[in-house]
Amino acid sequence: MSKHVVLVEDELNIAEAIRFLLSQDGWRVETLANGDTAVDVIRKASPDLVLLDVMLPGKSGFEILHELRSDPAFAALPVMMLTARGQARDREMAEKAGVSKFMTKPFSNTEMLNAVRELTAP
Amino acid sequence: MVSLNQLVAVCLLYVAGLFVVAFLAERAATRGQAGWLLRSPLVYTLSLSIYCTAWTFYGAVGYAARSGLEYVTIYLGPSLVMIGWWWVLRRLVHIGRTQRVTSVADLISSRYGKSNTLAIVVTVMSVIGVTPYIALQLQSVVLSLSIFAAPDVGLITTDIPAFNAPQAAFWVATGLALFTVLFGTRNLNVNDRHPGVVIAVAVEAVVKLFALIAVGVFVVWGLAGGLSETMARLDASDIGTWQVQGGRWVALTMLSAAAFLCLPRMFQVMVVENDDERHLQIAAWAFPLYLMLMSLFVVPIAVVGLDLLPAGSDPDLFVLSLPLSQGQNGLAMLAFLGGFSSATSMVIVATLALSTMVSNHIVMPVWLSVQGEGASQSGDVRHVIILSRRLSILLIIALGFLYYRTSGGGALAAIGTISFGGVAQFLPAMLGGLFWRGATRTGALFGLGTGFALWVFTMLLPSFGQGGALSVATFEQGLFGLGWLRPQALFGIGGLDPTVHAVVWSLSLNTAVFVVVSLFTFPSPIERLQGAQFVTVQDTAGPARSWAASVAGSEDLMIMAQRILGAPEAQAFFQAEARAQGRLGDFPEPTPTFVQALERELAASVGAATAHAMVGQIVGGTSVSVQDLLAVADESAQMLEYSSQLEAKSNELSATAAELRRANEKLTQLSAQKDAFLSQISHELRTPMTSIRSFSEILRDATDMTGPDKTCYASIIHTETIRLTRLLDDLLDLSVLENGQVSLHKRTSALSDVLDLAVTTALAGAARPLRIHRNRADESVQLTTDLDRLAQVFINLVANAQKYCDAPDPALVIAVTQRDDMLEIDFVDNGRGIDAEAQSVIFEKFYRISGVAGVGAGLGLSICREIMTRLGGSIAYVSGRDEGAFRVLVPLQHVTDEMRQEAAIEGAI
Amino acid sequence: MARDPVFLERKSYRRRRLLDAVRLLPLLGLALWMVPLMWAVPTTQPSEGVPMSAALYYVFGIWGGVLLAGWALWRRTRPDQDQS
Repeated sequence: MSKHVVLVEDELNIAEAIRFLLSQDGWRVETLANGDTAVDVIRKASPDLVLLDVMLPGKSGFEILHELRSDPAFAALPVMMLTARGQARDREMAEKAGVSKFMTKPFSNTEMLNAVRELTAP
Repeated sequence: MVSLNQLVAVCLLYVAGLFVVAFLAERAATRGQAGWLLRSPLVYTLSLSIYCTAWTFYGAVGYAARSGLEYVTIYLGPSLVMIGWWWVLRRLVHIGRTQRVTSVADLISSRYGKSNTLAIVVTVMSVIGVTPYIALQLQSVVLSLSIFAAPDVGLITTDIPAFNAPQAAFWVATGLALFTVLFGTRNLNVNDRHPGVVIAVAVEAVVKLFALIAVGVFVVWGLAGGLSETMARLDASDIGTWQVQGGRWVALTMLSAAAFLCLPRMFQVMVVENDDERHLQIAAWAFPLYLMLMSLFVVPIAVVGLDLLPAGSDPDLFVLSLPLSQGQNGLAMLAFLGGFSSATSMVIVATLALSTMVSNHIVMPVWLSVQGEGASQSGDVRHVIILSRRLSILLIIALGFLYYRTSGGGALAAIGTISFGGVAQFLPAMLGGLFWRGATRTGALFGLGTGFALWVFTMLLPSFGQGGALSVATFEQGLFGLGWLRPQALFGIGGLDPTVHAVVWSLSLNTAVFVVVSLFTFPSPIERLQGAQFVTVQDTAGPARSWAASVAGSEDLMIMAQRILGAPEAQAFFQAEARAQGRLGDFPEPTPTFVQALERELAASVGAATAHAMVGQIVGGTSVSVQDLLAVADESAQMLEYSSQLEAKSNELSATAAELRRANEKLTQLSAQKDAFLSQISHELRTPMTSIRSFSEILRDATDMTGPDKTCYASIIHTETIRLTRLLDDLLDLSVLENGQVSLHKRTSALSDVLDLAVTTALAGAARPLRIHRNRADESVQLTTDLDRLAQVFINLVANAQKYCDAPDPALVIAVTQRDDMLEIDFVDNGRGIDAEAQSVIFEKFYRISGVAGVGAGLGLSICREIMTRLGGSIAYVSGRDEGAFRVLVPLQHVTDEMRQEAAIEGAI
Repeated sequence: MARDPVFLERKSYRRRRLLDAVRLLPLLGLALWMVPLMWAVPTTQPSEGVPMSAALYYVFGIWGGVLLAGWALWRRTRPDQDQS
């Protein structure tokens, strides 16, 4: 069975790009454009990987990450964050919230794929 | 029979116990413990009982045996004073506490302008009046000791073998002196109270009351056989009927009331040692109760003593000899301890009070004047005060002892009455000082002098008997042979009881002279100041410095200098001066040079006149003249002026500081805004670039991509590139607008033309149709402004409606209203409108309606707002309707240049 | 001092009257204790005068009464200490 990733990204074009890249790599991609329902969806899906944008309508990426990490079932779930606000402060906040990998947009496709593979390596 | 040695042993044990109690109380007081006990109304009331001396304990019975119920007047007076606390005592205690009064002499001298002459007069009178009383106490102790040594109960002679009366008196006096020195001069601070002494007095009060009641109970129920039998016995005795002379009854009651207020020892416990003025209200009924209990059994004891003891027994010692004659040795011992307590507590407190007066008003001034003549005296002033106190105590007790040795004593009651008569002379000056502002120093001096002279002549000297101090001729023909100067019949009015005669004449002439002289003299300024403070004391607050403190020299100067110069500066100054004088330690001698230097130093802070007055008050005890006061007032006015200037300056400074703070806050805010703006721009630029980069890489790397996919991805890249370009355009536009660098191209045209252009442009290539409702008649108005910029705003609004209106059949109403010289153009669509919380931020940069995949950068409305500001109009979101409504206000004629400049400046900030 | 109101509350009115009593009590005591001035002092026949027991009862009775009254007034006026 193919591996499952939940992608939370409100920018439709970017979501499409990532969806394309990951499905090429053999992932089953579930896309979500809004922060409000993200936690519930992830809980239900219990994916192998979560890709999170920071600036989301409804609920920010940091909040979602925080909620996930406070649930023991998702304490070890690999979460990769993507942000267009590449400031050092954001990185710090993400790391404090327990992010597995933090990437600044725009990213190179190979870099992104490498990071995903690294995170989900057995 | 108790042996004398046993008795002495018990006595010593008792005294040792008192020492321990006093010591424990002192220690507890220094540690701030046991305040509930030391400062309780009970202890205060009990301490007042030093009024009841050996005269009461032994003498009252003797008095009753001789004169019936007359003895009771000695207690009725004080009872009335206590019950009437509201009238006099309340005021006396309050003034004593607020003015930090240390003695009767201090009270009177303070009231009359800190006059030291008055203080000395009062002190001398007190010593003369009280010394016999101290002697009386020594005598009573010796007598009561001797009765135990006497072979035959009741009959006492002073030359009993194995009992040396003078020696016994000497040792008693020494012990009391030791106790008083130890616990009376323990505190260096002159104003401090003596908890050790007070608690010892309270203990002794309990002992004497208990002893007297025990003897009384024994007499009534043990000897007389019950209450009714006792009463029957009373009526049958020699003193069985009322035989008090009316004159004596009144005069003695008044005398004891006056003495209760004026006795130095009473003043000490009632005022100086008072801890809480409210205690007075409890003592007001508790102390009369004590007095009543003390005098309750006096008559029965006297009558039973007269019945049972052999004729010729000294009635003054019935309290002791009655139990002894009945073989009640334990009770006799208890009675002895009671008498001993009465005597010792009186001597201790009286000595303490007198020594304070002697030390503060006689010894210290003498020492200071010696000092002033340049005699080099080493040592701290404090030590001098303590030393002078101790010497005074020894002096007083020595005087008492000497008086005892020389006089040989008389009936106890006589000495007591004489002493009362002496101190009662203070009453007019004291009460006048408390209640009458017109009382003057001269009046007080003359009144006291008159009363004192009359007392000496009519009471003290005659007490030594005819041919004693006064010759028989003086008694019969008057002084210098003047018939109206007979000591017991002044002005030829004879036939009066000598005591009544003396009390009436001395007190009434004292009062009369005091009042008349006061009426005809004028008080000095400081006297008037003090008088006002004392008489209106209930309204004024604030402690005054006493004369005792005023001679303390360097210490007080230091305290004052610290208050004015500040502690470190004052200490440095004093140390430097001490070094200059070649002395180690912090305190220089108060030499004239030093005092002058200090005065100069203080003058720099408070002005010369004030400094002079302050230093003068402390060093010399000099009074302040009107000139001094005027100079002080003048300086104060100048200082007030200066300080108000300072205040204005400081207000100015704080205003500037507040302005700076505001500017700083604004800068911080601006900096934060700039950061947020940069972060936003970064985000807005990176987002489209992410898609572009990603898809271009996909296209580059893909080898097996179908045609439609390729086209799709390429068109995404294309769209995002356009988005990026528009973002940059908008940013530049906004930047130009915000910096006010934009140049407006004014043209005149009809509003309808502008709207036509806007609607056409905005809807060109729109994915969804939007119906536009317009009223062309309203739009036919001409306006002069930058039409291109206005069109830009309209395009934005129409495009927004097209993009965001979520109605199934989107429609936009453009309504135009003319208000004065402004045009109001409303853009109302039939969508949901904007959420209330979003309305306040839609004009902010980069704001985008959430949840909508927008292609704009969120700068459109910001730009609109900037444009409308430039054009002299405004744009706002109008809420309160069902639909969304943007309202644009635009002036018909464009604004003047100045206004534009203003706006430009505003924009630049 | 501000002008006193014309009518006082019942409680403060009561207090003022109690303070009047405090002020008058010593005068009452004085008057009663001066009553013995009117008693006859026997000069010739000792049996005519007021007997000692009666005199004692009288003087000490007043004493007890006055100090009881003082105590009662103190109880009633305790809460406020400084009415002038």
